[in-house]
Amino acid sequence: MTDLALTPGQAALSILVMAAVTFLTRALPFLLFDHGDRPPRIILYLGSVLPPAIITMLIVYCLKDVTFAGPFSAPNPDGGIFGGWLSVLLASLTALGLHTWKRNDLLSIFGATILYMLLIRLDLAAVSAWFQGIFA
Amino acid sequence: MNRKTLAAAFPPTVPVLMGYIAIGMAFGLMLQSIGYGPVWAAFMSLTIYAGSGQYLGVSLLAMGAGLAEVAFLTFIINFRHLVYGLSLLEKFHGMGPRKLYMMFSLTDETYALLSSAEAPQGIDPHDFYFTIALLNHSYWIAGSVLGSVVGQLLGFDTTGVDFAMTALFIVIAVSQWRAYSRHLPALLGGAVTLVSLLLVGKENMLLPALGVIVLVLVLARPKLESHPAAKGADAK
Repeated sequence: MTDLALTPGQAALSILVMAAVTFLTRALPFLLFDHGDRPPRIILYLGSVLPPAIITMLIVYCLKDVTFAGPFSAPNPDGGIFGGWLSVLLASLTALGLHTWKRNDLLSIFGATILYMLLIRLDLAAVSAWFQGIFA
Repeated sequence: MNRKTLAAAFPPTVPVLMGYIAIGMAFGLMLQSIGYGPVWAAFMSLTIYAGSGQYLGVSLLAMGAGLAEVAFLTFIINFRHLVYGLSLLEKFHGMGPRKLYMMFSLTDETYALLSSAEAPQGIDPHDFYFTIALLNHSYWIAGSVLGSVVGQLLGFDTTGVDFAMTALFIVIAVSQWRAYSRHLPALLGGAVTLVSLLLVGKENMLLPALGVIVLVLVLARPKLESHPAAKGADAK
């Protein structure tokens, strides 16, 4: 079990902040525009063009911890392991490819995640021994 | 809520049932992998109730992020919800206190259902919407608790399950790529954030990235607005 970064009280407070902010984003249009006012056009414009930009921003954010110290994985000094660049690349391409092909959310998410979990457990030395075994 | 309303509201929610159980289970497993059990999973799914928001929440809890960072990241990941309400103002009109719950429960999937679903003859539309919202929320809570319990019982090494968040965002990006005719926003978001990661570093990369993205999009407005940004399909 990993050490918790927060006390239970801090974690609960953190979760309540997430809840409050999430509610705010959903309730704001009702609070601001329920009296027949039209929202400013700049808001409507940003509301239509920002979501795809934010999602690709978050994809890069998710990939920020990728390590180049090993292709499949490398130890994290704080405990555990970081995913290696090749694991991340292959799993990401799998999500992209599966979703372009089958358009099934669950298949894409679970297929890519399971592949990633397998890849980061691969031992490079064992893999190269296996390859050498094939070509021996 | 009577039985007739429940019988009418259940069928349209079945796809959400399957999706929420699966995505909720992945969330429960992720949360379990950083040391928070079923009670925490239930607490988060009850109070926050957001798929990608809760996935991000797991990583925020794991790194012990400060409250300001939690608030900021939760806001930007849920920014898209700001436009959901606009198309539902009419439908929720006159729902009284239940309207508060309708606003709270406006996830991507519930929004998609409520935008298209019409109450059958003889069913009060407001009861119908409320029941759909309530059913979806209960699926989400059930899925996340189930994932957490499974993670606890099996006790297998769940390292790497957090990739589900990356995969979820890739899936959303692919769906949006199809739904939008202009791809500049998607390309811009990734490129600017990558530059920010290289220049600013991974601790504080998001705020400058978001600032530049909004600025460029505002400057590009005359060009982007001359074409319809969306084809009308609902992108998550």
